[in-house]
Amino acid sequence: MKRSIFRVAALVAGLTAAAPALAQDSLLNVSYDVARELFEDLNPKFIAQWKADKGRDLTIDQSHGGSSRQARAILEGLAADVVTFNQETDIDALVEGGLVDQNWREAFPNGASPYYSLPAFLVRKGNPKGIQDWGDLAKEGVQPVFPNPKTSGNARYTYLAAYAWGLNEFGGDHAKTQEFVKNLLSNVPVFDTGGRAATQTFAEREIGDVLVTFEAETGGIAAEYADKGFERVTPSISLFSAFPVAVVAEYAKKKGSEEVATAYLNWLYSPEAQKALAEHYYRVTDKDVAADYADKLPEVKLVTVDEIFGGWAKVRAEHLADGGILDQVFVNR
Amino acid sequence: MSIAHHKESRLVPRLLIGLAVALTLLMVVAPLAFIFWSAFSRGWNVYVSNILHPVTLHAIWLTTLVALIVVPLNVAFGVAAAWAVARFKFPGRGLVLTAIEIPFSVSPIIAGICYLLLYGRQGLLGPWLMEHEMQVLFALPGIVLVTMFVTSPFVAREVLPLMQAQGSEQEQAAVTLGANGWQIFRRVTLPNIRWALLYGAVLCTARAVGEFGGVSVVSGNIRGQTNTLPLHVELLFNDLNAVGAFAAASTLTVIALVALVVKSVLESRRHQA
Amino acid sequence: MTAAAPIRAKRVLPGFTLSLGTTLLYLTVVILIPVLALVLKGADIGPQRFWAIVTSARALAAFQVTLTAALIATLFNALYGLLMAWVLVRYEFPGRRLLDALMDIPFALPTAVAGLSLTALFSANGWFGQFLAPLGLAPVYTIWGVAIAMAFTSVPFVVRTVQPVLEDLDPAYEQAARTLGASDWAIFRRVVFPQILPAFLAGVTISFARSLGEFGAIVFIAGNLPFKTEIASLLAFIRLEEYDYQGAAAIALVLLMFAVVLLVISNRLQAWAARYRGQA
Repeated sequence: MKRSIFRVAALVAGLTAAAPALAQDSLLNVSYDVARELFEDLNPKFIAQWKADKGRDLTIDQSHGGSSRQARAILEGLAADVVTFNQETDIDALVEGGLVDQNWREAFPNGASPYYSLPAFLVRKGNPKGIQDWGDLAKEGVQPVFPNPKTSGNARYTYLAAYAWGLNEFGGDHAKTQEFVKNLLSNVPVFDTGGRAATQTFAEREIGDVLVTFEAETGGIAAEYADKGFERVTPSISLFSAFPVAVVAEYAKKKGSEEVATAYLNWLYSPEAQKALAEHYYRVTDKDVAADYADKLPEVKLVTVDEIFGGWAKVRAEHLADGGILDQVFVNR
Repeated sequence: MSIAHHKESRLVPRLLIGLAVALTLLMVVAPLAFIFWSAFSRGWNVYVSNILHPVTLHAIWLTTLVALIVVPLNVAFGVAAAWAVARFKFPGRGLVLTAIEIPFSVSPIIAGICYLLLYGRQGLLGPWLMEHEMQVLFALPGIVLVTMFVTSPFVAREVLPLMQAQGSEQEQAAVTLGANGWQIFRRVTLPNIRWALLYGAVLCTARAVGEFGGVSVVSGNIRGQTNTLPLHVELLFNDLNAVGAFAAASTLTVIALVALVVKSVLESRRHQA
Repeated sequence: MTAAAPIRAKRVLPGFTLSLGTTLLYLTVVILIPVLALVLKGADIGPQRFWAIVTSARALAAFQVTLTAALIATLFNALYGLLMAWVLVRYEFPGRRLLDALMDIPFALPTAVAGLSLTALFSANGWFGQFLAPLGLAPVYTIWGVAIAMAFTSVPFVVRTVQPVLEDLDPAYEQAARTLGASDWAIFRRVVFPQILPAFLAGVTISFARSLGEFGAIVFIAGNLPFKTEIASLLAFIRLEEYDYQGAAAIALVLLMFAVVLLVISNRLQAWAARYRGQA
């Protein structure tokens, strides 16, 4: 009996040792759902850079999911070194949990947002429903597809962008705007938890007439499914969607990864990274790179959360809180 | 065995068999066939390169490791529980029986939520674990624990009824002959229950390998780290790699089929025994 | 050992402390403490808030969807399972053993894999979907999809509980009935069915319980449509992701209570079935 126990123990130990050996440096980047291909592209570039600069090997692990879901997992102990999210509120949740420094917005340029995007549309070949702007999404017989605004930062931008368009359209009339957003939401046939699942619903399962997601995703998906002939549509107004990044100081300190974590996030502002970002249809802050890719990313009128809603704190209190405006319009019967 | 029928009732058996076969083809065979059909839809080479992708290999390895840890523990638990419940009367015996069965009918998601509320950083034990730098959730221990929860009834459910049916006369005789506990178990009990035990272990393995809902709550989905094979299937699907997802799914299906073959071999042995 | 006198006689066999100790340790660490964490969280919520959560329109709809779909799935499996058990036990035909082995596939196949496959089969461009779509039937993302997933994952239960009882049935009663001129259908209804009824009900109960607990297969085929295809365990999962722990815990607790009640019923039925078999 004892011998066999030892044998099992030795087996388990052997298997554990057979696991990929720990590299000198490692990073866990916990990110939003549709950034899968982006970081698959970015990470090897930074790893090479880091090796050249410091002579040390680095491995970067990725976890993707709806960004609020990811924030919750980190609050429960998912030991992320860095977060690359698509919404400030999710990093603020980490601040409240004592994991991220309160002044994270000042830690990196542009309010710690190395790139940005906006909610845009992807329609089926030939745009059979003639969808051009937010107003079309609330029309009868039009089925927009986007994820659950409660779990996905992506969908919250969609909700806020539609709201902003409504305020503009109805001359600031909140009641009319809410009626419009309510109609829009009730047209949605399926609410997935993450942005990518919504893409799947639209592209693979062929449900819905228009996918509303980040412009970066509409660009990537149109290219990926070139044979299906999806067409990108940019609405008349959209919402500036920042993609904030932060070092999860609490965990990074414990793991001694602060240096590489900071270097990684700083590198996202480098021309090399900005170019790769633009390749993935993100809008970047580097002027030269932005100019090079201007034809891929058409001019669009962008409004910000600060201009329209008076900042994220107000959005959280008025719109996203339990029983807030989102809950009132998100009834979906 | 078949019962002699009148000539005019020949039609009924044929209809029933036909219906049974047709429904089984639609309900069971088609989903199974579709997995392989999709996995190989872009040819053998794409299939192999999907399976040999390092992240997929890691998922296979992790799933195997989890099963290697969970199944022996579960076998030990199942035998101990069956021995205690079948051979002794004690207060709370019914409660023990119900507790063993809870995981069978409760959604694995609930198991995941329970573990999150217990081991999460904001859970009951979380702060203490953080202080002592022990990572349970979003790491191997959490995945193992949830899988243990989900699979706990499997061995006990198979062994217990058998031990109850067999009674304890043989073992009591062995006691009278002066055998010690370990000898009794190895020479008397184990030969009697070995097929049921193996059968339970096979079912437990199949379930452990395929666990999805509970693990998805506690895994953190770190690709190449905490992604088990069923989670990897979902991940590949969401990576817009449907063929890869079905390739990974096909490995799970093969494991399930092997488990079933082993199971039917065991079953025929059991009937012979 | 310091056992009480009346029980001592039973304990001639060794290993009571060891086996019960191991059992209790395992149950406590793996099942009871985590469940206790859930119960404590539930108690934390307070009865009023708890009631408000579980009777909110969306939660009620989720419970209703779960129950309705589980009922449809169980009804299907009751008939299909009975048919399979009957065919497998009573008729001899080529491929019978293969058919018998196939019954266990839904149990061994990971549910997420089953969900992925079923979704692809039934979606508009899938093997089945392409024939259903022109008829105006699109089960994916409807309650029928949920029921299909539940039915698939709980296929083995009715078959596997009825099969052994049917095998053990004494053919004398049936022969007697036949001699008396009863039709096949009358024999089945009056002679066979009453004898397999307890096992059949036990199987149906487990099948129902399993359907209520299914998650992996359903999330792929259901879509997360509140009020239409959102099952209760998915709602608990979504509440968790929305960072609403009270909501998740309350719904999880209700599901847990449901499972325990069904378990007690199924154990009673199985004991009844065992007694019935003993008499037969």
